[in-house]
Amino acid sequence: MLWETIRLALTAIIRNALRSFLTVLGVVIGVAAVIAMVTVGQGSSEQVSANVESLGTNVLVVRSGARMMGPGSRDTAPPFKLSDADALEDLSSLSAVAPVVSTAATAVFGNNNRTTSITGTTSPYLEIGGWTIALGRSFTPAEDRSGANLCIIGETVRTTLFGATDPTGEKIRIKSISCEVIGVLKSKGAGSFGQDQDDLVLMPVRTVQRRLMGSQDVSSISLQVARTASVERATSDIEALMRERRRIAIGEDDDFSVFDMAELSSMLNSVNSVLTGLLSSVAAVSLLVGGIGIMNIMLVSVTERTREIGIRLSVGAQAHQVLMQFLVEAVVLSVLGGIIGILFGLGLAYVAAQIMVIPFSPSLNVIALAFGFSAVVGMVFGYFPARRAARLDPIDALHYQ
Amino acid sequence: MSEPLLELRGIERHYGHDETLVRALDGVDLRVEPGEFLAIMGPSGSGKSTAMNIIGCLDRPTAGNYLFNGVEVATLNRDQRALLRRHYLGFVFQGYNLLPRTTSLENVELPLIYKGMRKAERVARARQALARVGLEGREDHTPSQLSGGQQQRVAIARALAGEPMVMLADEPTGNLDTKRSVEIMNLMQDLNRESGLTIVMVTHEEDMAAYASRLVVFTDGRVVRDEKMHEGAL
Repeated sequence: MLWETIRLALTAIIRNALRSFLTVLGVVIGVAAVIAMVTVGQGSSEQVSANVESLGTNVLVVRSGARMMGPGSRDTAPPFKLSDADALEDLSSLSAVAPVVSTAATAVFGNNNRTTSITGTTSPYLEIGGWTIALGRSFTPAEDRSGANLCIIGETVRTTLFGATDPTGEKIRIKSISCEVIGVLKSKGAGSFGQDQDDLVLMPVRTVQRRLMGSQDVSSISLQVARTASVERATSDIEALMRERRRIAIGEDDDFSVFDMAELSSMLNSVNSVLTGLLSSVAAVSLLVGGIGIMNIMLVSVTERTREIGIRLSVGAQAHQVLMQFLVEAVVLSVLGGIIGILFGLGLAYVAAQIMVIPFSPSLNVIALAFGFSAVVGMVFGYFPARRAARLDPIDALHYQ
Repeated sequence: MSEPLLELRGIERHYGHDETLVRALDGVDLRVEPGEFLAIMGPSGSGKSTAMNIIGCLDRPTAGNYLFNGVEVATLNRDQRALLRRHYLGFVFQGYNLLPRTTSLENVELPLIYKGMRKAERVARARQALARVGLEGREDHTPSQLSGGQQQRVAIARALAGEPMVMLADEPTGNLDTKRSVEIMNLMQDLNRESGLTIVMVTHEEDMAAYASRLVVFTDGRVVRDEKMHEGAL
């Protein structure tokens, strides 16, 4: 009998295909929006996690200036020098140390040029940042310390300047210096904020300091925590060493800060999930509106089909069977809407994932939830019209014109 | 005298109350025996349709007793009356009352669905009923593809399919021209004579009432005439 009722409901829905479609449009849009939001949200948080791994595991960054203060506070805090990086190398809780000097400049090769970020550093930077060499080689320890005019370029820079040709051995011009390309970094793709991580040029730290910046300062120091040590221990070792080197008295605040990349990623993730939740709840409201649409049409349907109800009652249908018929019809309708919405939402999320270059990761839980929710919408908003149909007086229903 | 199939004793049906009280039925006594073909006539407002609704278990009397095959109907609730209609009654209406955009076969299957019959048996029975009313080959036609007479035949097939004890026909020829009306009445007469189906029909046309075996006339909510008719009273 239930199967019979479902078949009957499908027949009624197909007979009024256009009206049925318009009825469920609200549910379709609601479900599609929820599915798309959540799927894209999950994809981007997966991307954040992947990025953190691509930043390297157990990575700390030390910067001059207190963490909670604005940019102006850095004026009073002395910048780091290369000697600070050297001192940190002696800490047993760290396995790799790389001073970093950052600036932006235009790289030129032939008629091609690209404004990119220039990072002056040493070879451990690659290990800390999780970079691998795709072509050519990295800096040797001697080159790390020298001011040689050498560079390693990112994938984006390579494509823009050299196209398909092999760039190793070629010379590119950055500001007034001409430097030889010794290697190409393997592509990492887009970062957490959608930025292009491959848009960079690495040069020996001294080259950037002398030739581009004209100073002995270091912007930050990237560090990798040794496998044998905890992030907490490494952090306290660094703080102790830096307080000593910078002569900070006991009781005074640090004039530098240590960032934990994992901490940064969890912060990004929580921002992400708040946004996803917010957008999903907006989408859920549209699902509710869709449900009210279904109720509206089902009520109209009861009036329109009063005679049909009368006929059914006259051949012996009981009130609960008429109730069931209309309820099943509403549920079948909204479940169909839910299925269409799920497919539509997944499609939308897939396209968005391609555009935003994030993984497409549909969640079975969310799909099941959306499906269940659309069934519940049908049940809740189908009940009132169905009850009205079931309570019709058979004589009145039969003579309704 | 055999046991009556339908027995109405002092049936009253009132609408409204106090000053606006209308006594649609005002003490009706009626016995219908198995195999009878009863025609109910009477002017508008005489209570013949109200009586039909009560006989059809669509309505309940205000007072009096109505025994269907010995069972008191007046005290049954809505669902129990629905079961009675499902298993023992078949309806034919003036306006045919077929489901629109639904094939003849599906229309005839409808009461069988509520009887809980399996699909294969339903189809077989519905085909048989359609054949009985002369609509073989029209199983897949929807009401809009059929003439009025054919639609009424589908309705009769629907009433027959459930093998009821009584067929109730409310002005079955009211929307048909004379030729089609005669065809329908011949069909009903055949069903009554050959299959022994008990029929209660409301009509306002004497020509149609003449096909019945007994005539009951209502006036002001009472039975004023009740007589057996002879064959060929036409």
